[in-house]
Amino acid sequence: MATVEIRNVRKSYGPVEAIKGIDIAIQDGEFLVLLGPSGCGKSTLLRMVAGLEGITGGEIAIGGRVVNHLDPKDRDIAMVFQNYALYPHMTVFDNMAYGLKIRGIPKAEIRARVDKAATILELGRFLDRRPSQLSGGQRQRVAMGRAIVREPAAFLFDEPLSNLDAKLRTQMRVEIKRLQDRLGITSLYVTHDQVEAMTLADRILVMNHGVAEQIGTPLEVYQRPASLFVAGFIGSPPMNVLDGRIDDRGEAVLLPGGQRLALPQPRPTDAGRPVKLGIRPEHMAVAAEGLSGGFSIEVELVEALGADTVVYGRLPDGESLLVRMAGIPTVRERDRLTVTPQGGALHLFDAVTGRRVE
Amino acid sequence: MAGEGWRRLPLTKDHPLQRRVTFDNRLLPYLLLAPQVAVTLVFFIWPAANAIWQSVHLQDAFGIRSEFVWFENFTNVLGDPNYLDTLKVTVVFSLAVTVLAMGLALLLAVLADSKIKGARAYKTLLIWPYALAPAVAAVLWMFIFNPDIGSFGRALRALGYDWDYRLNGGQALTMVIMAASWKQVSYNFIFFLAGLQAIPRSVMEAASIDGAGPVRRFWTITFPLLSPTTFFLLVVDMVYAFFETFGTIHALTQGGPGKATETLIFRVYQDGVVNNDLGGSSAQSVILMVIVIALTAVQFRFVERKVHYS
Amino acid sequence: MKPTRFIDLLPHIVLIVGVLIFAYPIYVTLIGSTWDSGTIGRGGLPLWPGGQGLTNYAQAWVGEAGDRAMYTPVRTMMLNSLVMALSIALGKIAISILSAYAVAFFRFPLRMAFFWLIFITLMLPVEVRIIPTYKVVADLGLINSYAGLAIPLIASATATLLFRQFFLTIPDELLEAAKIDGAGPVRFFIDVVLPLSRTNIAALFVILFIYGWNQYLWPLLVTSSGDMETIVTGITKMIGTGESANDWHIIMATTVLAMLPPVAVVVFMQRWFVKGLVDSEK
Repeated sequence: MATVEIRNVRKSYGPVEAIKGIDIAIQDGEFLVLLGPSGCGKSTLLRMVAGLEGITGGEIAIGGRVVNHLDPKDRDIAMVFQNYALYPHMTVFDNMAYGLKIRGIPKAEIRARVDKAATILELGRFLDRRPSQLSGGQRQRVAMGRAIVREPAAFLFDEPLSNLDAKLRTQMRVEIKRLQDRLGITSLYVTHDQVEAMTLADRILVMNHGVAEQIGTPLEVYQRPASLFVAGFIGSPPMNVLDGRIDDRGEAVLLPGGQRLALPQPRPTDAGRPVKLGIRPEHMAVAAEGLSGGFSIEVELVEALGADTVVYGRLPDGESLLVRMAGIPTVRERDRLTVTPQGGALHLFDAVTGRRVE
Repeated sequence: MAGEGWRRLPLTKDHPLQRRVTFDNRLLPYLLLAPQVAVTLVFFIWPAANAIWQSVHLQDAFGIRSEFVWFENFTNVLGDPNYLDTLKVTVVFSLAVTVLAMGLALLLAVLADSKIKGARAYKTLLIWPYALAPAVAAVLWMFIFNPDIGSFGRALRALGYDWDYRLNGGQALTMVIMAASWKQVSYNFIFFLAGLQAIPRSVMEAASIDGAGPVRRFWTITFPLLSPTTFFLLVVDMVYAFFETFGTIHALTQGGPGKATETLIFRVYQDGVVNNDLGGSSAQSVILMVIVIALTAVQFRFVERKVHYS
Repeated sequence: MKPTRFIDLLPHIVLIVGVLIFAYPIYVTLIGSTWDSGTIGRGGLPLWPGGQGLTNYAQAWVGEAGDRAMYTPVRTMMLNSLVMALSIALGKIAISILSAYAVAFFRFPLRMAFFWLIFITLMLPVEVRIIPTYKVVADLGLINSYAGLAIPLIASATATLLFRQFFLTIPDELLEAAKIDGAGPVRFFIDVVLPLSRTNIAALFVILFIYGWNQYLWPLLVTSSGDMETIVTGITKMIGTGESANDWHIIMATTVLAMLPPVAVVVFMQRWFVKGLVDSEK
């Protein structure tokens, strides 16, 4: 168990800079999720921690020890791969035991550790099987078992659930969370799935183009997205973003369609500033007809999801607006209705940089 | 090289030349390569270079001095009417072996691939001659066609036909062609069968729904789809006939009678080993190398084309 | 049931004729090996086995003089052929799998140069470099030795390329998992690559064993003493010019014994044999 510190870490492939200086200190026992779209550099960062990629600049320390020039085997980490990377010719037992054997751990202890991991993961019955005789979920568990028996300072997960079907993925997600709670081992977890990130993480590092857009708890990332990118990436369906301008007194946002949305607190210094206004679909409510400050939309499409309903609306100026309502649909296509943002649900971003305006 | 099946080139474009992830030891890869590189240099590159060097030099009778003679050895070899006869024999022999081996193998493969009873048993009974050495195949044929002891040989004579391949050049050539093809059928059969099994059943079913009969289906669907295999076997069989049938000829006819069954490879052996003519034999070796390289290049081009258009 | 038509039987007839064409010479040889040389020499070989079988094989096996000449005992020739075939097969597999491992799993200066050096051997079959190769072997003092028989034939581009191709299909993650588990290149080779290559090795072994056993030109050149005779070249030396007055009974028994190992390998390892053959041509 240990901390993992990443200090101004950079990675270049020739002239292309894939990681542009990431800084984060991961606490002992913390579960950090690296979240971002494919190609954002999150896997590269994880593989740099593992020692599978070289470090162009900066420092990585595990348990207080700089590991930049250590081989993967000497970093005291274990990794779970997307395709599991199980040794196809070895039994489940041997797959889990292999790393321990190499390290010269006594046979009896290997046996004990593997048995313990197998019990935790309910793999006891499968120890003599080969990976090809297992289901996808079982293989996934063996891959985790291989990591657990090592009792490493940190777990590294590289999209471990993305090869599973949706139902199994949900189930394994819960298991991973439970396991991490129980073992308390510092974990880095790469995913592009925001639900995995929100449910598993103590903190999320949202990455885009090799840059950390935001580091924060799941709720911070959801409630106070640091940038338009984070705002759009977290939350489903994604946040509505509208062009707007703060009025001359700094008390409200004016939209091209003529709406005027009052700010929770006046911001006189920002008077007249062009902004992007973000409102989550779930923070809209249907209001009485003609209420001032509301959006008047025409319903284009209604998606009934059972527990809630997503309404695809169109504003008079042609912009689209999503509204998520609880329960079964009460509106139909081509209905006209007025929706208003719920209190305190406005997010302002700089129109040019996309950074959050506090 | 006999039976090692060295013809098809594995450098198609769907195979990357390098893995993404590698080990980064400095010395180890050279150690791993050392045995193969040593054998290659000592027994392949050096002798081949030597052959090329010899082919442009002339040695005196004692092998002490040698003189650079440009292409004299080549012009001597190519200007020798005997050599041209040998070339003619080689071409006739190779074409006949290739056509016979491929034709018979294709016929048998098509039949064994169809849904008939006992297909498996037929397959087993048809592939084992692959295991026989060309020389052993020749010996087996001799047991049957020898005019004194062979049942067929004696039968031919009893019918009044003057059969003795040891004296009649035409008969000798026929004999080595038959023995060499007989041995090569199983190899062709295995590949034709694999090629046939790779043709999707649905294509054949579509053709029969379109109303094509079995013969028409074969010529319009099966045969064109088999063309990569056919082309591949064509080159393999040519190489087999050129190089690997040395044993067949050596065991059956020793190149005779006269020079009726002397192929290029047999002549290299004859001139170099038996007659000890180093320059001439080396020049012939170099000519053979050029033929191998040409065949390889043909195959290369074909692989490229296949990759482009498939 | 439909009446059987001639057209339905035709494929069977053709296939059976095919099988007979391949089986008949073998049958004749088997039968011949059970009769005495006089019967064979007169051309009166019947189609059924005679009573001389055991005697003939025993005679051939220990090299007892025939009616006309002395021969190298079959047991000596079989041993020589076996050593040659095994050395060639195992030698080729060993040096090829090592060099393929280097080319596939490492990045190092001159990697492609080595790759092409090995690749060139495709274009230099032993038949086109006979005399100079013979000279090298003679200079090294390897004439009439097992090393001389086997080593010049064991560099194999085919096997190297086959292994390399297979190695390229091993997922990168497996290598990474092994690195994290603490396996270096040597351990990874022994613990992972070798076991994963098992079927490839078996398939290649079948092909190369037959290739080695059936060598003809090369043993003819580098062996001159009877002790080093291999069985395939031995047979043709026994036949000589093929006169009717020959020890045919011994020759035929020897031929049967010469065919036995490679044919057994093909028949009993048919699955691997076909795989090996088709794979090494890809």
